[in-house]
Amino acid sequence: MKAVGRFLVVIFLTYLGLLAVTFVIGRVIPIDPVLAIVGDHAPEHVVARVREELGLNKPLWQQFGIYLTKVAHGDFGTSVLTTHPVMEDIRHTFPATLELATLGILIGAGFGVPLGVWAAVRRGGLVDQSVRVMGLIGYSVPIFWLGLMALMLFYAKLDWVGGPGRLDVVYEYTLTPVTGILLLDAAMAGQWDAFRNVLSHLILPASLLGYFSLAYISRMTRSFMLNELSQEYVIAARAKGLSETRIIWRHALRNAMVPLVTVITLSYAGLLEGSVLTETVFAWPGLGLYITNSLQNADMNAVLGGTIVVGSIFIGLNLLADLLYRALDPRTRAR
Amino acid sequence: MKNSTPLITRRLLGAAAASALVLSLGVAPAWAATPKDTLVVALAFDDIITMDPAEAFEISAGEIMGNTYDRLVRLDVNEPSKLVGDVAKAWTTSADGKTFTFEINPGQKFASGNAVTAEDVAFSLQRAVLLDKAPAFILTQFGFNKANVKDKIKATGPMTVTIETEKSFASSFVLNCLTANVAAIVDKQLVMSKEANGDMGYAWLKTNYAGSGPMKLREWRANEVVTLERNDNHLGDKVPLARVIYRHIKESASQRLQLEKGDIDMARNLTPQDVEALSANKDVKINATPKGSSMYISMNMKNPNFAKPEVREAMKYLIDYAAIGDTLIKHIGVVNQNFLPQGLLGASTVSPYKLDVDKAKALLAKAGLPNGFKVTIDMRTVQPQQGITEAFQQTAKRAGVEIEIIPGDGKQTLTKYRGRTHDMYIGTWGADYWDPHTNADTFARNPDNADDAKAKPLAWRNAWAIPELTKKADAAIMERDTGKRRAMYEDMQADFRKNSPFIMVSQTIEVAAIRANVDGFKIGPTSDTNYMFRVSKR
Amino acid sequence: MNASTPMTASKEGLHDWLMSDRPTSRRQAALGRAYGAWRVFARNKLAILGLLIVVLLMLVAIFANVLAPYSPTVGDLRTTRLLPPSSAFWLGTDDQGRDILSRLIHGSRVTLFVVTLVAVLAAPIGLLVGTVAGYAGGMVDAALMRVTDIFLAFPRLILALAFVAALGPGIENAVIAIAITSWPPYARMARAETLTIRQTDYIAAVQLIGASPWRIVFHHIMPLCVSSVIVRVTLDMAGIILTAAGLGFLGLGAQPPMPEWGAMIAAGRQYVLDQWWVAAAPGAAIFLISLAFNLLGDGLRDALDPKGVK
Repeated sequence: MKAVGRFLVVIFLTYLGLLAVTFVIGRVIPIDPVLAIVGDHAPEHVVARVREELGLNKPLWQQFGIYLTKVAHGDFGTSVLTTHPVMEDIRHTFPATLELATLGILIGAGFGVPLGVWAAVRRGGLVDQSVRVMGLIGYSVPIFWLGLMALMLFYAKLDWVGGPGRLDVVYEYTLTPVTGILLLDAAMAGQWDAFRNVLSHLILPASLLGYFSLAYISRMTRSFMLNELSQEYVIAARAKGLSETRIIWRHALRNAMVPLVTVITLSYAGLLEGSVLTETVFAWPGLGLYITNSLQNADMNAVLGGTIVVGSIFIGLNLLADLLYRALDPRTRAR
Repeated sequence: MKNSTPLITRRLLGAAAASALVLSLGVAPAWAATPKDTLVVALAFDDIITMDPAEAFEISAGEIMGNTYDRLVRLDVNEPSKLVGDVAKAWTTSADGKTFTFEINPGQKFASGNAVTAEDVAFSLQRAVLLDKAPAFILTQFGFNKANVKDKIKATGPMTVTIETEKSFASSFVLNCLTANVAAIVDKQLVMSKEANGDMGYAWLKTNYAGSGPMKLREWRANEVVTLERNDNHLGDKVPLARVIYRHIKESASQRLQLEKGDIDMARNLTPQDVEALSANKDVKINATPKGSSMYISMNMKNPNFAKPEVREAMKYLIDYAAIGDTLIKHIGVVNQNFLPQGLLGASTVSPYKLDVDKAKALLAKAGLPNGFKVTIDMRTVQPQQGITEAFQQTAKRAGVEIEIIPGDGKQTLTKYRGRTHDMYIGTWGADYWDPHTNADTFARNPDNADDAKAKPLAWRNAWAIPELTKKADAAIMERDTGKRRAMYEDMQADFRKNSPFIMVSQTIEVAAIRANVDGFKIGPTSDTNYMFRVSKR
Repeated sequence: MNASTPMTASKEGLHDWLMSDRPTSRRQAALGRAYGAWRVFARNKLAILGLLIVVLLMLVAIFANVLAPYSPTVGDLRTTRLLPPSSAFWLGTDDQGRDILSRLIHGSRVTLFVVTLVAVLAAPIGLLVGTVAGYAGGMVDAALMRVTDIFLAFPRLILALAFVAALGPGIENAVIAIAITSWPPYARMARAETLTIRQTDYIAAVQLIGASPWRIVFHHIMPLCVSSVIVRVTLDMAGIILTAAGLGFLGLGAQPPMPEWGAMIAAGRQYVLDQWWVAAAPGAAIFLISLAFNLLGDGLRDALDPKGVK
């Protein structure tokens, strides 16, 4: 009980710290938040009036206090740019990013881990080198370039996938979003042609993100596997006559999973943050674009709301990773 | 070490097969082309923050308002210096030029079914003044304020409205301002029924619609989609399209690929390269129109170097206007060295400046700076501003002027500019209404150059103290003879070209790439004259 | 064998001295380990290739003025704009008419500077935080991990804007901004590995000897975590350059006309479909740096692995 209490206190302090730092920095960045509301052509008295209405003339600590009080009541403020409450905006944009990131990490880890294992086992061989080069291309080529090239090839020329946007225009008003995760919504409503359409739009950006994380996951898997395969227990297991496959998959990989889980959760969290460039190229209305756009306009309510969500993602995934460690590797449990 | 790992191979092959299956499921439907009665437009409209005409001031919002709300008078798109009646059938001006009487066209209805009456017209204009949002100055500059607007703008009959200005302004000036979105006619009954806390329906109208235009607003999903539908209650020619859907797509290349494939009908945010590539495409036609937006580089006269007139003039000789016009802004701009864009009354075509490094050097020497000087410029990291600034940096260096570029994001550099803390700044200014005063008001007027001035036009931002020019600008809006008024603006522009701290570079051209089967679309001179209600698809 | 000085011994003698099983001084032992690592490294042809490319890049950076055929900052809008690769301009020209090859050559300086500085700053911080957190456990671990979470969740752009406000524009400030936000992943990884290592007999033995926790962390745990950090750092090189390009839009990066590779890619973005070479050239250069450091990193990893083949 005490441990849980202490745990909650720590989490609370983390959020507080995150909010405080973001809030303070947000107020000192050189962008006038009033500009986004009134525009550049507004007369001075309108600018002054709006500044007063936003409470920007109050001292910083007072502004933060007011914000925290509102948050305690569940009011995260309204976005200047969309006129909706911030949490409603996020409830709207986050599922888009969630859908993309989840499919992306499934592709990335689903292919990346086996490829990494293969590269470690056939170390130095052609497979190892090809996986390395392919991975490096995915990681060092700018994602907008890959995205546009992929669109040009798979969408414009080959017509294998749908174009930018989550849906074709035709389905815009025939598919009612329930969760916001359009694949689920289409499946639940039984609208299978809409489902196929959403998938066709989803597959390319998800593959891109998957390719991007695959590069990193496969390299790290290889590295961890090499660590494991050079351990004494592997030699001992071979001496005992265990099959190679069993050694690799049941033992070495299992042990490599602890740091590997960190790598995968970090990648997933990174994808969930939303990739601005991917969302721009593919016209994907996700969290990345939302936070970036808000930041560029100093729409601090939206930025703070987005930061809380991203913070929650990282904290949540890190805790999940910790739980997974304990399950996978008894050595990591506390003494 | 013996390596036989058929299991790995098997697993990988399995994964490959699974992904192939998934891909085959996702084949795009054969009929990706858009339906015949729906126009799909790719437009980056993340600047929209409200749908209330009393508040909406952004370019994209302007286009939506222009299609969905009627106003007393509109610009004739084919002849922008002429006005046509919209909600008003006819109008007269009193002898002293201070009273305008409008006769409302009978039989008009709002989308809600309510009839359009003089009461709605008066209410709409009063509401704009009372709410006093950013665009309200377009009306309040005629002397209306919260105390007197209900007297000065009123319905004097069921179908008659009178507007009384405080001075006898040029009637062209007044009428031009009444074509602006802020003067749009809203449905009084509907708006007041949604009122909360005496806000005149402000909170509701931000995301809703109460107009009488040819099209009505069905939905605005921020940064995703805006949908317009035919307004069946509109009096006038039937709108050919049932629906216009604007999709928010920021990337020019993405817009282009979709247009080439036919997944969208119109692309509106194309870069010069993409326009160039699409001009060669048989299935696409290009429509381009000069807009009332000007690109300029300004010099802050708080910098002692720029306080010297020879230096300011020298800088104007250090830009290669012609090369920039032919390369960096091809298709999206045309060189214009005056503060009035072409199409406005009094616009001048005189362009005395070209790249002349020797002349610039001579001028600098005269000012006591024979070896040039160092200076910074604040630049938005967007094109074509960035390209123009880099080109300017190179040509200025030849005369010894070393320009350090300080890049920044849009609102970031704007905040700095508005605080007068820059050396040089590259920016754009768009006309707020289709009258020369919209630009004269900001480029050629600076009533108070102090730091805490009540008005901060562009001339103020660059610390240009111009009491004489300000008087001329004030006189020009009172001049009721159009010919004389035109001459006054030409005179002001001559003075401006020589002495101002502004290097006027170009006038923006708005470009749209349209599928060949789409007819009737022509980009207008202002954001609210991009009419969709005349468009049809074959 | 007595400790004769290396200088007087023959080459054969030097090798034997270094590889001796019974070093008679700490220095001999340390030099021996380094020599052994070098031998492993040198046997790895790809690692040598990586090293060669990195050295080549450094030479290009140093001798940029001599190697570049044209000026990296001067171009002509009318005559040399957006030309495809040709014998006159090997990699074509950009939208200001400047030779891309010359810009790449001059840009290697800035890029190498940014990349190495960030790596050198971020990796050690992350390593330290991660190993301390993993070894200490309890409240220290929780506190450090929450601090890490804060840095991970913190929007990098906001930090960049704050930096611009406080320190002004420029690429040096970009380095600091990126380094401050890059260390968390290293910390998390180092902690994960520390959690598995700290239970081993090996560590228990060192504890029995009475080594202080700091000594254990620095001398025993950190070296074991270094290899995976190295691999991650080399992978991150490309990411750092691209991040710097992203921050450049806010003013925290290379100021035009500086030919920093990330800035060149960002500028080439609008030409991707037609004038592909504008973005492709710096992209290929970044890929090359990535590959070189990655090969080098793998080689280092193998060489430093205490359980590796000698």
